[in-house]
Amino acid sequence: MSLALDIRDLRKTYANGAEALKGIDLQVQAGDFFALLGPNGAGKSTCIGIISSLVNKTRGKVEVFGHDIDTDKEAAKSCIGLVPQEFNFNQFEPVIEVVINQAGYYGIPRAEARERAEHFVQQLGLWDKRRVMARELSGGMKRRLMIARALVHEPKLLILDEPTAGVDIELRRSMWDFMRQTNEQGTTIILTTHYLEEAEAHCRNIAIINHGRLIENTNMADLLLKLHLETFILNLRDSLRELPAIEGYNLQRIDDTTLSVDISKEYTLNDLFIKLDEHGICVLSMRNKSNRLEELFIRIVGEESA
Amino acid sequence: MKVRQQLAAFRTILTKEILRFMRIWIQTVVPPAITMGLYFIIFGNLIGSQLEDVHGYRYMDYIVPGVILMAIITNTYANVVSSFYMSKFAHFVEEMLVSPMPNYLILLGYVAGGVARGLLVGIVVTVVAMFFTTLKVHNPFVIITVVVLTAMLFSLGGFINAIYAKSFDDISIIPTFVLTPLIYLGGIFYSIDMLPEFWQKVSLGNPILYMINAMRYGMLGVSDIDVSTALAIIVLFVVVLFGFSLYLLHKGVGLRN
Repeated sequence: MSLALDIRDLRKTYANGAEALKGIDLQVQAGDFFALLGPNGAGKSTCIGIISSLVNKTRGKVEVFGHDIDTDKEAAKSCIGLVPQEFNFNQFEPVIEVVINQAGYYGIPRAEARERAEHFVQQLGLWDKRRVMARELSGGMKRRLMIARALVHEPKLLILDEPTAGVDIELRRSMWDFMRQTNEQGTTIILTTHYLEEAEAHCRNIAIINHGRLIENTNMADLLLKLHLETFILNLRDSLRELPAIEGYNLQRIDDTTLSVDISKEYTLNDLFIKLDEHGICVLSMRNKSNRLEELFIRIVGEESA
Repeated sequence: MKVRQQLAAFRTILTKEILRFMRIWIQTVVPPAITMGLYFIIFGNLIGSQLEDVHGYRYMDYIVPGVILMAIITNTYANVVSSFYMSKFAHFVEEMLVSPMPNYLILLGYVAGGVARGLLVGIVVTVVAMFFTTLKVHNPFVIITVVVLTAMLFSLGGFINAIYAKSFDDISIIPTFVLTPLIYLGGIFYSIDMLPEFWQKVSLGNPILYMINAMRYGMLGVSDIDVSTALAIIVLFVVVLFGFSLYLLHKGVGLRN
């Protein structure tokens, strides 16, 4: 399979001497839904800035679908659609104009640009707002406008930098449905987000950057296997009289009808339920205490920083 | 990008720029008409009627070419410096920077936008001038050449100012402290023949003097400067500023980290 993105020894030192990237090697397969994670200031935005030509690199090589961003810049740029973290459109332009102009910058004639813009504005649920000034949109609508704008030239690689920041749950869900469809239609997606459950739910592969270095680059399933211990919260039907001691499971009382249980990989939930049943404890419902990827992320980043 | 794509991209920037200044026409088109109208009333009519002819023309007729060009200069500069600086300030310049458009297209698009506003304002001020005098056209080719080249030159000046500007103060410093004095000392309201010899020589260092005199030649057929020299100097400035602007874009000065 071909590479959507091939980064070799990417380095960036800012004018003030800050070393944002210290030699990154990263490959993203075409068609992938890829998570690029890292704490604030880790170098993610610098990396995305270099890929999309908004930041000059100090050293290294970046290829987008085989096009070098230095020697074959126009072809490389044509492959990329960028949804940045900050709103960066003209707030004093009508919504539809923002999208039409972006198509125009990619050399699409105005009539076709209008058709495409109308299509994506409709797809992203902004049709009723197409003639209003962009500044009048809500935060969630502004995010969707940036997605419509990024897709209007039909890029092969879509980069989403915190696309759901400040977006309500319902809207977030519809945005992810749209992203999944876009990915299924063949667009490679690179996502950075602080909502790690979103990365876990949608991405097949993951890289973690910290202090300008790549500290993890693997597929999501393999990464989650590294999690030896999971914590579940159990809601009980009846009040708990006495906390049972069950070998292999660390049970803790949260309140009279709620238990937390740590389960290591060697033990199963089936065994736990059988043993709870033996103690006369009936479980009504169950959930993960916290996001699995989040636990791993904190651990990996914490170990690397230590 | 293929030529057809480049034309589409250029047209996009030009259309966007024209729509921008037309959306706010009360701020962009009406003020120069009022200001220049006041110049014609006060300097041309009231004071000018008390003055002797200059180079064989009524004072009102003498100042018309310079006043029209002054409106073009200030408006082209203001158009590009404010538009491009706003795109930097609000980060929507990134829409163009991530696109495959070559740098010269971005530059040409903004320059064309500035020229479009300059031409519109020039036409409006010319119409206002017609209320006070009968317009004379000595050489239309020279008029068109001077107007277009001057508008290009000050569009480029505005672009460079916007690239270096880090705050709104920075986009008003050059027009206030450099451009305005050069315009007023560029011979709009007088012939340099009226100055002492020393100041005549100093005036020759002012590029705007050449533009105003070339414009005056196109309209009236009189000039303090040889017209071909004036045109050559304007072309030279346009070429140098265009090259410098491209260099700044290529380096990403003020635009890329």
